[in-house]
Order: sequence, then structure tokens, then C-alpha cells
Amino acid sequence: MGILFSFFAVVALIVVVFVGVQGANLHYLFGVIIPFAAFITFIVGIVYRVFRWGKVPVPFRIPTTGGQQTSFPWIKASRIDNPSSALGVAVRMALEVLLFRSLFRNMRSELRDGPKLSYASSKWLWLGGIAFHYTFLIILIRHMRLFFEPVPGIIKIAESLDGFFQVGAPVVYVTDVVFLGAVTFLFLRRVVIPQLRYISLAADYFPLFLIGGIGVTGVLMRYFFKTDVVGIKELTMGWITFSPVVPQGIHIIFYVHLFLVSSLLAYFPMSKLMHMAGVFLSPTRNLANTNRAELHVNPWNYPVKVHTYEEYEDDYREFMKSAGLPVEKE
Amino acid sequence: MAVQKPEELSKVVYTFPSTPWMDTPVEIKKGIFCWGNKEKSLKAVGFPNPRQWSVTDEDWKLPDNWKEIFIEGLRERVDKYRSFRLFLDICVRCGACADKCHFYIGGGDPKNMPVLRAELLRSIYRKYCTTSGKIMGKVAGARELTTSVIKELWYYAYQCTECRRCSLFCPYGIDTAEITILIRELVNLLGLNIEWIAGPVANCWKTGNHMGLLPHTIIDIVSEFKEAIYQVTGLKVDLSYNRKGAEILFVHPSGEYFDPNGNVTFMGYMMLFHEIGLDVTLSTYSSEGGNFGFFTSNEMAKRLHSKIYAEAKRLKVKWILGGECGHMWRVWHQYHNTWFGPVDYLEEPVSPITGTKFENAKSNKIVHITEFTADLIRHGKLNLDPKRNDKYVVTFHDSCNTSRAMGLFEEPRYIIKNVCNNFYEMPPQTIRENTFCCGSGSGLNASENMELRLRGALPRGNAVRHVRDKFGVNTLANICQIDRATLQTLVDYWAKGVAVRGVHELVGNALVMKGEKERTTDLRGDPLPGKEGE
Ligand code: HEM
Ligand code: SF4
Ligand code: SF4
Repeated sequence: MGILFSFFAVVALIVVVFVGVQGANLHYLFGVIIPFAAFITFIVGIVYRVFRWGKVPVPFRIPTTGGQQTSFPWIKASRIDNPSSALGVAVRMALEVLLFRSLFRNMRSELRDGPKLSYASSKWLWLGGIAFHYTFLIILIRHMRLFFEPVPGIIKIAESLDGFFQVGAPVVYVTDVVFLGAVTFLFLRRVVIPQLRYISLAADYFPLFLIGGIGVTGVLMRYFFKTDVVGIKELTMGWITFSPVVPQGIHIIFYVHLFLVSSLLAYFPMSKLMHMAGVFLSPTRNLANTNRAELHVNPWNYPVKVHTYEEYEDDYREFMKSAGLPVEKE
Repeated sequence: MAVQKPEELSKVVYTFPSTPWMDTPVEIKKGIFCWGNKEKSLKAVGFPNPRQWSVTDEDWKLPDNWKEIFIEGLRERVDKYRSFRLFLDICVRCGACADKCHFYIGGGDPKNMPVLRAELLRSIYRKYCTTSGKIMGKVAGARELTTSVIKELWYYAYQCTECRRCSLFCPYGIDTAEITILIRELVNLLGLNIEWIAGPVANCWKTGNHMGLLPHTIIDIVSEFKEAIYQVTGLKVDLSYNRKGAEILFVHPSGEYFDPNGNVTFMGYMMLFHEIGLDVTLSTYSSEGGNFGFFTSNEMAKRLHSKIYAEAKRLKVKWILGGECGHMWRVWHQYHNTWFGPVDYLEEPVSPITGTKFENAKSNKIVHITEFTADLIRHGKLNLDPKRNDKYVVTFHDSCNTSRAMGLFEEPRYIIKNVCNNFYEMPPQTIRENTFCCGSGSGLNASENMELRLRGALPRGNAVRHVRDKFGVNTLANICQIDRATLQTLVDYWAKGVAVRGVHELVGNALVMKGEKERTTDLRGDPLPGKEGE
């Protein structure tokens, strides 16, 4: 159900563009107002969500320790997987965010008759995840050319490296191919692997279809419909100088692309995509394992009802005396 | 109870119902669940909704406003624990955690995949705490809270041993144990618990220990240990209780007074303390290191463990030494300091024998016995004869809590390698941070849920069998009383011929004590290698 719902939701978004732009000529709405509104929702939404998380206290220091603790100088501690310093935590977090360290640990278990349970390293998800996120990032950086005049050298370098394997003209970007491949892989594993099919919700398929849709329309624009790049740049420069103009003659496919991106931006703060910000706040990863060495304060720590020694002694004084145990009151 | 043979039980089918999980009502199975709490156990500590009820009844006798209580409780907790709110918000359902749980591996129930276990509650959170869930309902992964959902939450929260293995593999560190802990806390608000946890909690509240041992009983038990040690070594070993002015307070899991494997581990401590002349005392009031309160609610955990520091203060000791136990150390290491600190009435722990400062425990003032003993060995303070353990071919089971909530890996291994000549590791995917739970942790070590426990122990059992067949391993050493009490049954089932032993039992065997007679047996009265004929 989730899969069909998500698919048709994305189709509906595309239909909206055709109706709105081609049917009703709402170029300004789709070219300026919606992207602006989406961008603001994105920024405000993320800030709000992060602020909301930040407001909730971290009552206990609960790092998941993935290696030897720091105890004696003669026992080698695992400074990154079980950090006891701020630097260790910083490296651990950097590895999580930049290299998906925990996902890299992934292993598959297989139960055969006997019973015999065996484990094998399984890095496909890691690889697919890395490919997806990094190509996404590079594509995002490449898009920055639309917002700078002249285009900074660094973006040009990224482009030329990306187009390294020139296949015909226009240059085919490696990232485009890998990106679409990775999205397809992430989608297929949800459909093919029974466990994943069972746990997947509409909220899992929707971002994949949406992002896939953005990728496909982007590729169509670049390689097939040959949209008016000069006109588009006029539009984007208009945005950032706050003097929006809507040039005539931009292909509808661009409006589809832009509307899907706007949808993604607006959807982002209320979706699982917030993992981007959440990963930085995860208490099992971003805290040092210094529990016994340093006090961690819980702001809502409160006194609790206890059973005192005096009550205990009152209950068992005779037994204690008969067993020769010292007592406070005779 | 008629349990299937290992060959049968291990034919796990990893299939999925044709209906989506939200539309598949919970089916509560015998052999998997533990008996519900008794009325008197809840009453003893003032837990909500005490009443007689039975899991197999249709009506669980929830309070009239159960829904309100649950949802209010949920809202309160997502504002108190960042971990909780975040973990409910950011899961991408990538499935990396799915096959990391021993209960899913050994049982195949889809709702035992950590991600789905968490989704059981996440769906409720979405419905009652998020805008999209309120509006979009099912499409947003939200569902209505019904009594059937309450039963489901209870059933699966008591099929998670809070081992944190899933958390290690999650790209965001989502710890399903944390979610389980809070689900248990929430259902506890409705009076839903299990007797195997609620009973010990009530005992511990009143008598100071889970077993309900009274002061004179503890003293009697220890006299028997003294006698047993005398038989083996010819030495009169003493141990003081409730003694003011001792340097160190020793606290350990009370199961060691009760369980045969635990008994011998405890004798190991006694011999060690005697040999090095440690100025140590124990307490009958604070006679429990373990904390089943932790398996019901944060508040109950704190209520039970407040005794430890209170007693240390009353007895005016300098610092606290802790015995071999798993969840006890989770609580001591990650919660104690925050609950009770600053502990400025105690001193920073220093080993009186070696002068080593335990820098890593300088704030909460509690040292792990394997840290303490490893330091003694390192400084050559113990005279050890590992040959006495030569009939043991040893492997080491890392307990979940000391592994993934602490990182205590090398200290116990260092000790074992110094007191035993034959040590082999299980496969790397099953030890250290990757370790598998015994299958009975977090208060699930009852007998009515034996099928669940056996299934949960399959991964551990399989790894033990592997080293048994490959290296002839016959001893599974560990530093956890729940392991010692439960793993024997589970190992007998999955890897026959392997005995479960505490690390300090092995220390006690190898320890050459001043003035001892020539030993002919180990601490269990079995002949030492080379002394079989005597
Ligand atoms: C700090 C930045 C980020 C980090 C560390 C991060 C990390 C991850 C990881 C580890 C996964 C799980 C593996 C996988 O399914 O690929 C994942 C999934 C995902 N991420 Fe990110 N991510 C980040 C930012 C983003 C952004 C900006 C987007 C795009 C809008 C995004 C979209 C997704 C999607 C759609 C999935 C789910 C893939 C699936 O359904 O299987 N992520 N992310
Ligand atoms: S590994 Fe983490 S993000 Fe992935 S499904 Fe499990 S809990 Fe969710
Ligand atoms: S904490 Fe352990 S028992 Fe609980 S879901 Fe995770 S792996 Fe399973």
C-alpha cells in the first residue's frame, strides 16, 4: 500500500505542475513563490526540529561502547569507538557522519541446518548509502553554479572531474549515473528483501520516489530536452538578488524538476530525512564514556522514596543481633 | 515443559504474515511470555494498579483511564529523554539492525526485529505526538492505541533483553534497548509487569536483595562458604558484614549466595580478599548489586540502588568495589553518578595493595573487581598456579552490559590468561562489542519463558559449540551472575559438555595462598589435574 500511495503521490505532484504551469499559466507561482515558500519551510522547519530536540535534556550519559574502555595505561583503549575525550568523540562523530562507520560494521547472519549460524560481512547497504549521499552532495554543489556569477573555480573543477569520462556531448556526469543507480538500489532492496518490505512505510518510499523523480527530471533536462540554461540562470539569479523575474520559454520539465525539489524541501523537516540533523545529536554516539570519572548532571533528577537503613534495622534487628551483626540501636 | 530438540527448535522460518504488521494482531504464546506480576509485588513498592490479573485472560484489568495514562506518560517522557524523542523521530528503516537481535535470529518473529519492536511504539508516538501522524494516520505510519496494542507492547518489551546489540549497528546509534526500557516504564504505569521482575524488586526493597535473604541467612550461607574453603585450603577465611570503618565496601549480586555457580565465584572473592589482607566489609542492608528496578522504571532503579551509597556513607568506607554482574554494572557505570553524585563523602579509589589510582572511577568511586584483580596481577601481587585450572579449556562470554555500556574487554581476559593455560576466543562476530546476549537478561531469566530463552541463546550457543568442537573448549567463563545462573541450562541445550564458570572461581582455584595445605581438589571438590587418584 505504502509503495503505491507514494508512487501516485509523486505522480500527482507532477500532474499539478502540468495543470498549474501549462494549463493555468501560473509561471510566477511555480517559478518564484512556491520555491521561496518551500525554502523557508525547509530552513525554519529544520531549525525548529533541531531546537525542539535540543530543548529535551540528556538525562544520562549512555554511549554505546564499541571497544575497550580507558582504564589502565597498560591496556590499550579504543579511543574512537569508546572515546574518553572530546577529541575521541569528535573523531567518532566525524566517522559516523562522513563515512557511516556503524553501517560499515554491518554483517549478515545465516542460519543453516545443524543448527549452524554463520556471519558474513555485508557492505552493500553501506556502499549504496555512501554512493547515494555523496553523489547527492556533489550534484548539490554543482547546482551552485546557478547562484554565482561568475562561477567560482572550485565548482568548475568539481564539474570537470565529474565529467571526466566524457561520453558524447553534453558531458555525462558520473555522479548522475551513480546517483540514479544508488536510488534504484535503495528502492529495490526495499522491494526485494522480505524484512525490508515488511518494515517499509509510505514514508520510506515517498522520499525515494521524490528524489528519484528529481534525478530523472534533471537528467531529462540536461541530456534530452536541452532546456534554456541561460533563462534558468536568469531566474535563479533573480531569486538570490530578491528581484525575481520569470523568463519566457523555459521548458515545462524544468518546472516539474523545480516543483519536486520544492516538495522535498518542504517535506524534509517533517520526515525521516531529519536524520541528517539527528545523527549529530544521538546520545549513544556523541558522548564520551567517562561515566565513572566525570559527573554527568541530569537537570530533572529528583529525590525518590527510599527504604532507609534505620527502617531495615527496625525490621530485622533481632535477626541481626542473633547473627552477631552490629546494630545502631540496641 | 516439553521443549523441542535443538535440531527442531533451530529450524527457524523467517517468513512474514501476509498482512502488514499493523493489521496483524498480537498472538501471545506460551513459552515466550513470563507470568504477569502479582498484586502483592506491586503493592510492596507502591506501583500503580495492583490487582490480580493473568496474561492469558482476555481482560487485563487496566485502569479506566488507561489510554490517558499511557499517552500522558509517553508525552512526558519524550520531553525528558532526548534519546527517546530522537530515536522515535529519525529511524530511516534501513533494516541494518534487523538481523542483529538474538531473538529474531533464533525465533524469526518479525516483531522481534529491533526496528519493528521500536515501530510498535513509534506508531503510537506518531498518532498522538506528531502533526503528520494526527492528520495522515496510517499513511504516516500512525495507528490507534487499543488494548490489543497495549498487550503487544507488553509482550515484545518483555522479549528484548536490552542488550544494545542493535544500537551498535544502527547508523544513528538508535538504541532499541532505550525504547524497550521506556515501553516497560509506560506499561508499568498501567500495572503491567512480570512477576519475575516485580517479585525481586519487592524483595530488594524490603530485605535489601532480590532473593529476599534475611541478615542471618546471609551470615549462615557465608559460614558454609568458609567451611568449603577450609576443606580445600585448610585456611580459615573470614569476611565481615556491616562493619564500620572498613576501607572498602564490597557489593555484588545476591544471586551469588543462591546459585551454585555464583557460590563458587563468591568463594573466589573471599579467598582473594583474605590473601591480600584487604580491609573490606559487606552489607546485609545493601546486599544487592543487581537492580531489577532498572527493568521496570528509572525511578524504581534509583530507589533500590540508593542503598549502596547510603550504606557506604554510614559505614564510613573510602570507596566501593563491585563484583561480577552485568546489568548491575550498566546501572553503576551509566546511571549511579548521575543519580547520586557528587559522591564527595567517599574518596577517590586507590588500591591499598598496589597504590594504583583508579582514575576511570575517580568520580563515582566504584571499581570493578576485574579491574582490581587485573591490577593486582599486573603488579605481581598474586601467586598464581594456572596449572590447577588445566582441565579447563576456557572461552569467555562478554556480557552485553559490560561490553556495550562500558567496554570492559581486556581486564577479564587478562585475568583469565593469567589463571588458565588454555584460552580460546569464540568467533569475532560474537564477542566483545559484537557479543550476543545469553538470551535471559533484563529480568527474562524465568522458567515459563524457556522457549524464548533457548531461542535467544541460539547465537551464543552456536558460537560456544563452534569452539567446543574446534578447540575442545569445556568452560564458558563470564563476569555476570545472570549468565552464571542461566547459561548453564542454555549451553546444555545448544552445546552440551560445557560448564559455566565465574572468572573469580578460576582465580580462586589458581590462587596460591600463604599457609594453605597442598590442594587436591578445586573449589567444587573435584580433583585437581594430577591429583585424581588422591
Ligand atoms: C549529515 C548528513 C547525512 C548523513 C550522515 C546521512 C546518513 C544516512 C545513512 C547512514 C542512511 C542509511 C543508509 C541508507 O539507506 O543509505 C541514510 C539513509 C537515507 N538518507 Fe541520509 N544522511 C545524511 C543526509 C541526507 C540528506 C541531505 C538526504 C536527502 C534529502 C538524505 C536522504 C536519505 C534517504 C532518502 C535515505 C533512505 C534510503 C532508503 O530509503 O533506503 N540523507 N542516510
Ligand atoms: S538500523 Fe537504525 S535506522 Fe536502520 S532500521 Fe534499525 S533503528 Fe532504524
Ligand atoms: S536491545 Fe538486544 S534484545 Fe533488544 S532489540 Fe536490540 S538486539 Fe534485540
